[in-house]
Formats: sequence, structure tokens, C-alpha cells
Amino acid sequence: MDDDTFRGIVAELGDANFREKEAIAERLLESGHPGVRDVLTALMDGRVFIGGQSAVAFVVESTAEELAEFTLLDPANQRVLGTSQPSELSRVVTNNQLRRFLRTVVPRFSLASPDAEVRLEAVQQIMRALDATAIELLRARVGLEDDERVLYEIDTALALSMLDEGNSRQRLSAVNTLSDRLHPEVYNRLSVLVGQAEDGSFVEPDADVRRAADEALGGIELARAFYYVLETAFFGLSLGSVLALVAIGLTITFGVMGVINMAHGELMMLGAYTTYVVQLLMPGHLDLSVLVAIPAAFLVAGSAGVLIERTIIRFLYGRPLETLLATFGVSLILQQLVRTVFSPNNRPVVTPTWMSGSLQINEAFSLTYNRMYIVLISLVVFGVLLVVFKHTRIGLDIRAVSQNRLMARAMGVRSEWVDAMTFGLGSGIAGVAGVALSQLTNVGPNLGQSYIIDSFMVVVFGGVGNIWGTLIGGMSIGVVNKVLEPFAGAVLAKILVLVAVILFIQRRPRGLFPQTGRAAEDV
Amino acid sequence: MKTSTRVLSVLFSDRASLGFFGLLAAVAIVVPVLNLAVPASSPLHLSSYVVGLLGKYLCYAILATAVDLVWGFCGILSLGHAVFFALGGYAMGMYLMRQIGTRGVYGHPVLPDFMVFLNWDALPWFWYGFDRFWFALVMVALVPAALAFVFGWLAFRSRVTGVYLSIMTQALSYALMLAFFRNDMGFGGNNGFTDFKELLGFDLQSDGTRSALLVSTVVALAVTVGACRLIVASRAGRVIRSIRDAESRTRFLGYRVESYKLWLFVFSAVLAGVAGALYVPQVGIINPSEFEPINSIEVVIWVAVGGRGTLYGAVAGAVLVNYAKTYFTGALPEFWLYALGAIFVGVTLFLPRGLAGLVPAGSRVE
Amino acid sequence: MTPPTPPPHEGRATRDALRDMREAAAQRKPSVLLGKVLYLDKLTVSFDGFKALDDLTLYVDPGELLCIIGPNGAGKTTMMDVVTGKTRPDAGTAFFGTDIDLLMLTEPEIVEAGIGRKFQKPTVFEFLSVFENLELALTDDKSFWHTLVTDLTPAQRQRVDEVLEIIGLEAKRAATAGGLAHGQKQWLEIGMLLMQKPELLLVDEPVAGMTPQETERTGELLLSLAGTHSVVVVEHDMDFVRSIARRVSVLHEGRVIAEGDLDTVQNDQQVVEVYLGS
Repeated sequence: MDDDTFRGIVAELGDANFREKEAIAERLLESGHPGVRDVLTALMDGRVFIGGQSAVAFVVESTAEELAEFTLLDPANQRVLGTSQPSELSRVVTNNQLRRFLRTVVPRFSLASPDAEVRLEAVQQIMRALDATAIELLRARVGLEDDERVLYEIDTALALSMLDEGNSRQRLSAVNTLSDRLHPEVYNRLSVLVGQAEDGSFVEPDADVRRAADEALGGIELARAFYYVLETAFFGLSLGSVLALVAIGLTITFGVMGVINMAHGELMMLGAYTTYVVQLLMPGHLDLSVLVAIPAAFLVAGSAGVLIERTIIRFLYGRPLETLLATFGVSLILQQLVRTVFSPNNRPVVTPTWMSGSLQINEAFSLTYNRMYIVLISLVVFGVLLVVFKHTRIGLDIRAVSQNRLMARAMGVRSEWVDAMTFGLGSGIAGVAGVALSQLTNVGPNLGQSYIIDSFMVVVFGGVGNIWGTLIGGMSIGVVNKVLEPFAGAVLAKILVLVAVILFIQRRPRGLFPQTGRAAEDV
Repeated sequence: MKTSTRVLSVLFSDRASLGFFGLLAAVAIVVPVLNLAVPASSPLHLSSYVVGLLGKYLCYAILATAVDLVWGFCGILSLGHAVFFALGGYAMGMYLMRQIGTRGVYGHPVLPDFMVFLNWDALPWFWYGFDRFWFALVMVALVPAALAFVFGWLAFRSRVTGVYLSIMTQALSYALMLAFFRNDMGFGGNNGFTDFKELLGFDLQSDGTRSALLVSTVVALAVTVGACRLIVASRAGRVIRSIRDAESRTRFLGYRVESYKLWLFVFSAVLAGVAGALYVPQVGIINPSEFEPINSIEVVIWVAVGGRGTLYGAVAGAVLVNYAKTYFTGALPEFWLYALGAIFVGVTLFLPRGLAGLVPAGSRVE
Repeated sequence: MTPPTPPPHEGRATRDALRDMREAAAQRKPSVLLGKVLYLDKLTVSFDGFKALDDLTLYVDPGELLCIIGPNGAGKTTMMDVVTGKTRPDAGTAFFGTDIDLLMLTEPEIVEAGIGRKFQKPTVFEFLSVFENLELALTDDKSFWHTLVTDLTPAQRQRVDEVLEIIGLEAKRAATAGGLAHGQKQWLEIGMLLMQKPELLLVDEPVAGMTPQETERTGELLLSLAGTHSVVVVEHDMDFVRSIARRVSVLHEGRVIAEGDLDTVQNDQQVVEVYLGS
């Protein structure tokens, strides 16, 4: 088939109904033209458009919303033909059935891709909808494939198909092959195998195969349970590191200055909005934006903190309850400020490519990159803070002021300056936490509110003014939360954790790691 | 009759008290007359909207008095009083829901609409008894009291004080808010209770009922302020203030500070519950947003604006701030949160004793 | 914010013994078998490895006025904290009389048992009147319900008047305590202690910051109290100690290094080195 005929068939999509579109797709498949895969992929993604007076078909490179003009590609060879206003094109729409069809056929093209990752994903896709053609393709691939992971997946898929087709000996060997595979398809398929049909007869007639399947299921369940524990631990630790990151700024200002900063959540919100603004300012470098946003958010939130300290909090030292009320007022003003400046609605923050996706350990266990990076950011922040506190002059000054303000002043420490710097540091870290949160939740005026109470719990639980306490407190609360969630549901888990912290305070009114000695009694 | 003489002398010994109770009496008489007896065409006529608004403000005034009693006099900054207010409101709301009967959308004789909607086939046990008014009234006081008792017993016994206590009360209100948002709690989830029909057989929409509710609120406020004054003026009141000023010193004098704080906290919670119970039939709805932590903090700012440690100040603060809120949210909705935030900052920085601090020292009363 | 009080060491005595002791404490009758009102034995308290008290042993005779001196950090305040139940020792015993184990009682119970403490800084209730301050300190049922519904009896008013006379503040009875002169505040606080009719008075630096006249007046007051009460005074001012002391204990690094009348103590070589010599 030459390119023009191919283009012609693609253009027929413009006037076709859904069933005709499926027929056209099949005709394209049969043509064996090298452009088929790109066109069908584009069709699946909604990137095939019809435009111009002669109703020519184009593939559009990207349909991202922020693009003013679409880049048009030739369906036959993917060469750039030019650009066009979106309004001048009409999209070839698809329905669920058509997309399901495309999803089963498109991966088959990828089987021959030179990239092993693409082949791997293709086999996994195909496995979800096995039919005779697919099995044939996979069998053909076995001899050609040299990547072990791909072979492993093909092996799994073929064993699955053998459960339906093979004789009892083949079925038995298929079950044995599948007994260490953690794919959800395998688990579901084996579960069906050991069950009974509606009329009471066994789905699997052979008792040996049933017994083997039973054993295989037992092993798979055990392995899944193990990875489930790992996964819960990971979720817990990632939630915990977010909580710890959110709480650490709070515990610094509380511990050193005896100040409860109710505007802490809003300082995080400022950090998240800083990420948004940074992305607006450097649209071409989204991957770098988060790295730029971290110092930017530290500076923005930190300066806001210093401003709050200089104009309000310094007049209220020694009156913690009044400070609490005044900073709450500040939080209301900041919330309303972003509503006025930006919008009351959530702002879209893009996740850079290196933070999206997940690290697949096996079929039952994967780690999402954004959560991994947030654990990393938290640990780095904690590390930097420890170094600042232990090995820098300002750190020494802060510790001196927190332990004995009068004595520190007598030794020539400018306690006013230390207060401002401490508050700036705590606020700046809130800003960094805001950058992390912008990758996890919606960036809106209420972002701060939803985390502030949890972070107070972390501070109270870990012990005020103790960096290690905050880290351990945050991690414990995070893990407990995630362990409870499957049994109790997210909301009830949260309530249980709050109640548990309230009860914990009974035993240890000053947290896990209380400040001790004379100075602590004056807080 | 020595006790009653003493009570009267405490309540009406000074001009401010006479003025306060006189003003309440005047509101209770004049407002219903202007609403019910003066024809709508007359410029003196008060609309039912204003009557409802006034009733709402006075419910808030009761709540503010309750917060002032623990914060202003005993130094317990509770950021959870909206919880007690909401619990009282929910108890009354449950009674009002049961009064709807077959007039609900689904017309079920026993189950409230939201339960029918959730496909429940029987009333949960904790709804039993709420078809009786007296039972609901008991619960209005008992439920907040029980929660305050348990929380206070735990917190005060282990000497959780100051900002720690404030944070804990805030966490409590947050936890309860999350809980009441859940449908399977059996309190109507997100939507709470609304569409009330009648109370003790009186139509809640009628002007007469509204005026009666306003008068009840005025009476409740008078009783609240009176009771608080008696407590504050008693020997226990002096102990309570000494706890506020020097807690450990008071403990060294042999007072069981925990028990003083606990009973005061429980009493204050009951007052908040009563305020909530009066509030719900007047505004016609109760939902979990009443538990929101910001509500509790707003109450504190009413008290701070009026002047903590002065009962009349708390009442005045509640009415003034809420009047300002009504005005701003109507005229300049964008501006209200700025104004509220500025009030928080301004009062703590420049008016630490609130508006009461502006009253010349000689004429000030507790 | 006050630190938590750990629960009493239940393991040391059976519940019954504890109850008997609490009853004895409530009846305020320490039995004075060995002739001691207060008996501290081998007390040790450490904060983060620093020993505030190190094997401290000390006693107080009935009706005596004992002065305790020692440099800063010698453990004077910690010793008082242990006696009043604010701090629990890591080791050692503290008996009030022979049968009241102070380590098992809470702070209010110790007050009820008859030990009153005056802090270093005057801590009167600034916003209450002089009369109300004394009223607060009155020995009476101190429960919430009782104070809520009762007024002072004529006998109780008379008691307040008596104490007002002892401390010489009759003229100031209606004044706000916050407006008193420094010395007057100290006397008011001593008056508050007297309201509780304590067996044992612990007085922390009573004359710090006082004018000479006030100091003299305070000395007379304390001397007049000895005999009917046992008094322990912690003081830095040597002249003042000389004017009132009968027996002196010197504390250093958490232990008693010398004991006796002032002259004996002043001539003790170790005392001269660590304290008086500087």
C-alpha cells in the first residue's frame, strides 16, 4: 500500500461512525504500512484530526491545553507539515469500545520495538486481553526475544493461555510455572480455577491441577501479603516524612521561641504557590522548575516569616496564647490574599517527568517516584538542619537562646536577631514543605489548613523543640495512619490517630523526647 | 433567705449589671412587639429576618460567655467550644428531625429522610428517645458535659496546660468534624439536619415561634451571665482567678486545681451546648461545618474583642463582631477575612484587654 | 507550665499503708518519735546526669529555726522541691515526722499534711486583695463545691484578721496585692503560709532585695514563728543569718558539708573554701 492510499484510508475516519472506525482500523492493520502503529496510537490518544478544505487527516504532536497552535504531522511518515489553530481542526472522536479494541491491538506493534522497555510494557498490555492472535504473536516472539524480563512476561502470558487450551499435563505444568508469578491476572485466573461453576461442577476437572493451583495460590497470597506490608511501610514512611517536613519548622519556632505559629500552614501554602509561579515563569523547563522552586520557596516563605516576626510576634513574647491568636489572624489574611491575587480555585502545578511514574519492583510492589523524592527531600532538610544546629554559629546562637535567653544575651548573642532568623528558618522550611506538598495535593488557599493540625500532633507527640523527636514522631504517626487505613478507612484512621495522641499526652505530657532541666519549666 | 439576698446583691449591686439585665428585658419585650404587633407597613416594624438574626447573635453571646468563663477567668484557652455548641445543636436537631415524621420527602413515619436515603431499615439506638422534648433537653446538656468531662479529666489530670491544651482541644474538634462528615455515623453526614417543621407543636416558620425562641434565648443568656457572675463572685471564683494567674502557687495552697478546672470546663461546655440547642431551631440547619476549628477560634476572638475576664465584654464582643460579619459578608464579602484577620492581630497587639479595657477603671465590673 | 508529677511509688508500700498515711497526713499529726519534724535520708536527684542532690541527709527538730546556706547550685531549691513533692528523687527517703512518707504524697497532700513553702520570688496573687490572698490560703475544705456554695464563717474571718496582725498588714487588707511594696509582699506570703497552720515552714531567701528595715522586721517575724512552728530558711545574706540562726547547715554540690552554730560553721575549713572564702 502506498502512502497516498494509506492517507486516504485514514481520512475516511472523519465521516465514519464508531463501528466503521473499527473496520477502518482493521483495514489499516491488514495493510502492513509502517505508519499504522503511530496512527492507531494517535487515534487512541485522541490526536488524529481532520482539517483543511479537502478534509485531510493529520496526526497532532501534542494536544496539551496550554498550546496555542497544534503541530501537524503526516500520518504516513510523521513528518512535520506545519501548524494550525486548534479551532480549525476537528478531532476524530473515539468511544470506549473502540479504545478497548485499540488498546489490545496497538501494543502488538510494540513487540518488535528495539527498546526492551517498550516490548516489556507491550507484553504486559497484551496479557490483559489474550486472544488467539495475541498468543500467536507471543509464541512467534519467543525465538527472537533476547531480553530476560520480556521472556519472563511472555512465559507468564503463554502459561496463562495454556490453562485454557492445554491438556491436563500442560495445565499442571502451566500452574507450576505460574506459582511464583505475582501478576493480578495470574491470581485472578488461579482463583477461578480452584472454584466451582454455578452448576456445582469444578471449573478445573483434574484434581491434581486443582491441588497444584491451590498450593500456588497459597504461595502467591503469602508473597502478596509480604509485599503488602512493605508497601504499607513505604506509604507510611512517605506520609510520615511529609508530616515531619511540615512539622519541623513548627517545632523549631515552638521550641526556641515558645511561639505557636498558627500561620505555619499558610507559609506552606506560600511555598506551594511559589512552585506554581516558578513554573509559570519558566514554562520550557518544567523538569528544572521544582529544583528552582525549593530555594525560591524557602526565600519567599522565610521572608514572610521574618516580616511576621518583626511586625507582630516580637511584641507578644511571653504571651503564647496571644501569639496563637495573632498568628491565626495572619493565616486568615494570607489565605484571603492568595484568593485575591491568584484565584479561590486550585492552581495547576505540573509534576516534572523525573518525579512522575513509579519504580516497579515486581507486579505486587512498586514505589512512586514523587513519594520517594519527598522522603528524600525530608531527609535532606533534616540533615541540613542538624548540620546548621550543630556546626554553625547561628545554630549555636539558636540553641543558646532556646536554653537560656538571658544568659545568651549576657554573652553577647543578639537574641532579637536570633529570634528573627529562627522564625525565618522555620518559615522557610514551611515553604520547602509547600513545594513538596504541591507535588502531592491540590495547590489552593486551603492547602495549609489541611495539614496544620496533623503537624501540631507530630510536634506534641515528638516533643517540642526536638528535631529527632519530630522525625520519629512524624514517621510513627504516618505509619500508624497507613496501617489503620485499610481496616478503618482514611477518616476513621485519622480520628483514631488523633485520639491516640491525646491519650499519649496523658502518659508523656511533654512528648516522646521532652526538654528537661530547669529551663524547660519556664516555657 | 440569706442565700437569695446574697445572690441578688451579687447580681444587681452595680449600675452596669442593672443596665445589662434591663437591656435584655427590653429586648425580650420590645422586639416581639415590634415584630408581631406593629404592622409591616410601619417604619417601626422589625422583620422576622432581624428577629432571627438577633436570636443568632444572642446564642453566640451565650457561647462567648461560656468561653470567657474558662479563658478569661481560668486561663484555659479552649479552641474546641464549637464542638460543645455543635453537640448541643445536634441533640436539638435530632429532636426536630423526629418531629418531622411523615412530612419528610420519603414520608417514613420514624426514620429521617437521610436514613431512608441510605437504605437503613431501623433507627440506630442512639436516636431512641429523641422524639421526646425533655429527653432532647437532657441530652443537650449531658452530651457536651460528658465529652468535656472525659476530655478535661484526661487533660487536666496530666497537667496539659497553655498552648498544649489549646492544640489538643483543636485536634478534638477536628476529629469530631471528620467523624460527623461520615455518613455511617448516623447524623446525616455532609448535609446534617435541616427542613425542620415544628418544635413542641409550634410551626418553626411562624413569626410567633420565632419571637418565642428569641425570648427563650434572652432568658437563657440572662441566666448564663447571672450564673457565671455568681460563680466568679464566690470563693471558688477567687480560686479560679488565682489558678489563671499562678496555677502552681494555687496548687501549693492545697487546692485541687484539676478539679476546679474540670468542673468549670464541664459547666462551660453545658452552656455552649444550650447555646447550640437554641441556635439550631432559629437558623434551621445544623451540619458538620459547625465543628470546624475556625469556628472555635472565632469565638475566642469575640471574647478578646469584648474583653476577656469581663462577662459583659464577652457578650458585647459576640454581638459586635457578628454584626460586623453580617455587614461585611453582605456588602464586601472579599473583605471579611481581611477584616477578621486584622481584628485578631489588632486586638492582641493593641487592645489586650479588649473594648472593656477602654472603659474607665472606676466604672468597670467583672 | 509545670512538669508532670509521676505517680507515687506504689510499690514501696501496700495500698493500706498508703491510705493510713494519707489519713494521718490529712489529720496533720506527724508523730514525732525520733524528735524530728523532717528527716531526709540519702536523697539523690539528677537532671541529665547532673546530680542536683547527692546522698543528702538532713533533719529538722520540732520548733527549731534551721538556716541552710550554700553557693548557687548547691541543691537548696531542689531539696525544697523534693520536700514539697514537686520533684521526685531517684533514691533516698523523705519523712515528715516518722510516719508520713513525703515521696508518696502529691503536692496538695503535702500541703495538707502541714508543710508550707515560701518561694524565692514573691508569688502572691497580684490581682486579688490582701484579704483575699489570705482567704485563699485558709485551711478549710478546698473542694470546688464547698468553695462555690459557702461564704467565710466569722471564725475564719477572725483567723484572717489575726494573721493580718502578725504580718502587720491590717491597714492594707483591702489593697490589691500587686500594689504592695516588695517587703510587704514577702510578709503577705509568709502570712499565707501561716493561714495553713503549718507544722513546718520552708522559706526561700526571704530578705533578698529588702531594705534594712524590712530585713529587720522579717527577722523578727521569723523568730516569733519559731517555737510554735519549725522553720527552715534558705538564705544568702550572712548578716541576716547571723541575726536569726540557731543552727546552720551548709550545702555544697548536693550534700551537707557542715552543720552546727554559725561560728562553728564559719570556721570549718571546707566551708571557707567553697563558700565563705569567695
